[in-house]
Parts: sequence; structure tokens; C-alpha cells
Amino acid sequence: MVPSFLERLQQGQTLLSDGAMGTELQKRGLNTDDCPEEFNLAHPEIVQSIYSDYFAAGSDIVETNSFGGNRERLSQYGKETEVTLFNRKAAELARAVCPQGHFVAGSIGPTGAMLEPMGTLAIQIAYDFFKEQAEALAEGGVHLFYVETMMAVEEAEIAVRAVKESTGLPVVGSMTFDLAGDSVRTSWGVDIPTMVQRLSDAGADILGANCGNGVEVVLRAMQEMRPITSLPLMAQPNAGLPEIKDSFIVYPETPESFEEKMKAVLAVGIGILGGCCGSGPEHIRHLRHLINHNKKGSDD
Amino acid sequence: MTEQLLQYLAECIERGKVNQQAAYPPDLSGRPGASEVTRELLDNGTAPNHILARALMVGMERIGEKFGSGQAFIPDLLIASKAMYAAMDHLKPYFESGAAQHKGTIILGTVAGDRHDIGKNLLRMVMEGNGWKAVDLGTNVSAEQFLAALQEHPDSLVGLSALLTTTMLNMERITKAIKAQSPQTQIFVGGAPLSQAFNDKIGADGYFPSPQDLVAHLETS
Ligand code: B12
Repeated sequence: MVPSFLERLQQGQTLLSDGAMGTELQKRGLNTDDCPEEFNLAHPEIVQSIYSDYFAAGSDIVETNSFGGNRERLSQYGKETEVTLFNRKAAELARAVCPQGHFVAGSIGPTGAMLEPMGTLAIQIAYDFFKEQAEALAEGGVHLFYVETMMAVEEAEIAVRAVKESTGLPVVGSMTFDLAGDSVRTSWGVDIPTMVQRLSDAGADILGANCGNGVEVVLRAMQEMRPITSLPLMAQPNAGLPEIKDSFIVYPETPESFEEKMKAVLAVGIGILGGCCGSGPEHIRHLRHLINHNKKGSDD
Repeated sequence: MTEQLLQYLAECIERGKVNQQAAYPPDLSGRPGASEVTRELLDNGTAPNHILARALMVGMERIGEKFGSGQAFIPDLLIASKAMYAAMDHLKPYFESGAAQHKGTIILGTVAGDRHDIGKNLLRMVMEGNGWKAVDLGTNVSAEQFLAALQEHPDSLVGLSALLTTTMLNMERITKAIKAQSPQTQIFVGGAPLSQAFNDKIGADGYFPSPQDLVAHLETS
């Protein structure tokens, strides 16, 4: 029998995820004030070309274009009634180009609103928003979920629970870390032990760090997570923080430098490796090389 | 007595003790918060400007410094600004009646394509706290909206905020559009990814890493 997604991770395999969606969409025509998820309907061929390019570059898992597809974020574009449509379509487009034995992960990002009591978004409403999004992605055929780029642990927890309870599919709980002095924390002040404890309790099958402030911080996050959890880990750093050069936006890590730095991350023992903002298909091709090479090395 | 109240008020701001009912922070539970203490200070005759400078801005500055050095986080900033607003609610009537004079007007906004507003809101608070009238255009603000606001408030300064490298390019467009129409308008810029070099390149009038730095600049120029 073909091993399932979770079985492959449990066997100790490293699966390759994809690179960025947002920055790839921008390269292919998304403007700063366009709604990225609307592209699933308005320009399906563009979204699908990104999925295909990642599979062709060697990704085992490709993420749906649905990071901001919750009701709260879509309402900023007046598109709050399109949650189901945008998300289902995001998944369907990916499934249509997903080769046998490969996977589609439903991407779920933060609402962007502050939860009660600090902010105005009620816990139950946030739960319902994530549930609504997860159900639409599951309807479109995703195999698993990435709850990602979370900064507040309460929100991450609610999203993981909502996904798990409404779909039963495997879910990654991933947050964005930075350095506060010398300590690895999210911008909300959440440290690694807290994150590991609370997202494990919420039902996450995999724990991760994504985006953030370059490969070094994600490496440190992985080093802190590895000894305190037996769950598989996911590492998806961005290609550094963007800079403007001659009116163009450039990310510091080239595909080559990214591969080089990710060696140390992989060595920590990672189940899912990939990239975030600023990494494209070429970065993923390099990570494919890194993983394959690593496997050969350990087989000798 | 007044001195003690001012010190306690600064602590309420720094630690985000909004009012007496507020359960946060737990060790101040049941004690008066920013709202009650400000009221009490006003009732005993303390000047609004004095309360601002000696308590509210002191608290904000302390939490800002802790944030900058990684000892405080975004929720701490947000709860501190909540306490600040609770205090400002009592001071507003004095400023609006003209009992305390405005130093001028600043038009504020986060540039088109960008919806980060935490920094911009802190900027507004610090400007208001230092005696400026703020016209806050919100987030995702276009060049046209800034120009329309300038028509309404012709002698204002403009403060632009951007947190995304992609929207820094929009900041450049907005700055150029304002300068084309109104060359004498002073434009100040801020936000984590910016620098003085970027300010110079787009032809704005100054980059400041924190709102306090902008205030200091305005006081000395
Ligand atoms: C909170 C946050 C969010 C929240 C915003 C909530 C809100 N209501 O503002 C949410 C979740 C919605 C969000 C969304 C996104 N975010 Co965001 N976000 C952040 C985060 C964690 C903190 C920003 C912040 O508020 N800082 C605190 C404030 C107080 O600091 P500040 O804004 O710099 O302001 C201070 C000074 O700069 C100054 N200042 C600010 N403006 C001005 C103006 C003047 C005139 C002056 C004098 C001073 C001044 O005063 C303030 C006090 O000192 C940063 C990462 C980080 N740790 O910084 C990422 C970050 C800014 N986000 C990032 C990204 C990429 C995004 C998204 C594109 C993610 C996505 N893929 O969808 C979206 C964009 C949405 C949009 N269109 O804007 C990147 C930007 C990378 C880059 N350089 O381009 C960052 C750096 C994260 C990262 N490491 O990749 N984000």
C-alpha cells in the first residue's frame, strides 16, 4: 500500500514543500492593492502556473493560494461573501495539476484582527471563520492544512482546532518567529516551549516555523523545538527581508545561498522543508537537490 | 501627592492599566487605572499639558523603549495605547476648547496597499500627546486622499507610514504627487523597513525611527 502523508513523515522522510505564493503572484501581475485570493477566479491560469512550476521544481507538497482567504481578511476587499468560492477554487486548481503521490496543503493565515480581550474579534467568531475556510478547502480536495505565519498563540490554537474538528485532516501549526534580544519569540512574545505545548494540545500533527527574519531565525526555532517534541517539524523560512534596489524588490538569499544555509536546518531533523516570501521555483529546485543529496549520504 | 499620582499614571500607561475595572495587569487589579487617575489629577487642578508630558508620554516612552529592545511585545504596545486613550478622553475637552493650544496639524496615513496600522496609531497618539492635531486617514491611503486632505487642511505636515517593502514604492509615488502639487508641504516618513537614505531618495523631509524623534525634530526646527 502507498504510505499516507503522515506515514511518510513518521518513517522519517523529509518532504519538500513549495516556495512563496504571494511574491510569485506579484511577479506574474498581482498589484499591491489586489486581493490575492480573487486571482483564483479572475486568473486561474496564473495561479495554476505557480502550482505547476513548484511541482515541476520537485515539490512533494504545494500550498493553495488561500493564505488571506478568511472572512476577516477578505472583508478588507469587500469580498467576505466569497470565502467558500475562493478557497474551494484554490484547492481545485491545485488538485488538477497535483501528480500521483504528491499533496496539496490548504494554506490558512492569520485574520489580521486582534482577538478579545485585547482586540475586538471574539474567539468563537474567529473559530467560525477558520472553520468556514477549512471546510471550503477540504471540499476543493486538499490533503492537509498549513496553519501558518501565526503570531498570537491563541489565534494559532483556534485555527488548528477549527481545522482539525471540521475536517479531521493532518494539520501543521506554524508560527513566525523573530529575535527579541537573544530569545526566539513571535512579535506577540510567544516563545517556543509555549507554542509547542499549546499547538500540540490543540491537535497539530506537525509543528513549524515559517516566514520571519531569514533562515538563521528559523534554524534557531527548529533547534529549540526538536528536543521538546516528537512531532515532525516544518521549516519554511523566507529568503531574508526584502530590499529595494533601483526601484526593484530583491530578496537577499539566492537559490544557491538558500540551499547552503538550509543544510544546517535539514540537519536538525525536519519533516517538511520549504520556503516563504521571496523564494521561488528555483530555490525549491535547489532544496530538492539538497534533500536528495542528503538522503544518498545517509544511505551509504 | 500630585507627583505620586503622576508617577502612578505613567505606570498605568506603561503597563496598560486602563481603568479600575480592568483585570489586567493582575497585580493592579482593583486599583484605579489611567482613566480614574487622569480625572483625579484634572480635578485637583493639574494642567492638562503637565499630565501629558509628565505622565502619559513618560509611560509611552518607557514601553516604546522596552519594545525596541525586545523586552515588550505588540500586545504590550496595544494595551498601553488603550490606557493612553482612556486618559486622553479626559484631556480632549481641554484641548478642543482651546484651553491648551494646538501646535499645528499633521495628516497621517499608512500608504496605499499597506494595512499595517499599529505604528501609525502610535504616531497619532504621540503627536496628539505632544499638542498636535492629527488628521488620521487610516490605512491603504492613496495619493488622491492625501491631496484632498491637504486641500482641507492646507498648512499641515504629512506623516507617511509603510511596513512593506512593496508599499515603500507607493510611498515614493505619494511623496512625489504631494510635492508636485504642494512643494512647500513637509513630508515625514517612518516604518520598520525605511531609512534616511530611502527618505532622501524619494525627496521626503525626514525619516524618524520613532514618533518621539519626529516630535524632537519639530521642537528644535
Ligand atoms: C503586526 C503585523 C502584521 C499584522 C498587521 C496588523 C495591523 N493592524 O497593523 C497583519 C497580520 C495583518 C500583517 C499582515 C501582513 N504582513 Co505583517 N507584520 C506585522 C509585524 C509582526 C509587526 C508590525 C508592527 O505593527 N510593528 C510594531 C509597530 C509599533 O512598529 P512600526 O510599525 O515599525 O512603527 C514604529 C516606527 O516604525 C514608527 N513609525 C511608523 N510609521 C511612522 C511614520 C512616521 C512619519 C514616523 C515619524 C514614525 C513612524 O513608529 C512606531 C513606534 O515606534 C511585522 C514583523 C515585525 N516584527 O516587525 C510584520 C511584517 C511587517 N509584515 C510583513 C508582511 C510580508 C505582511 C503580509 C504581506 C503577509 C502576507 N503574506 O499576507 C501582510 C500584508 C497585509 C497588508 N496589505 O498590509 C513583513 C514585511 C516584509 C517587508 N519588509 O516587506 C513583516 C516584516 C514580517 C516579516 N518578517 O516578513 N502583518
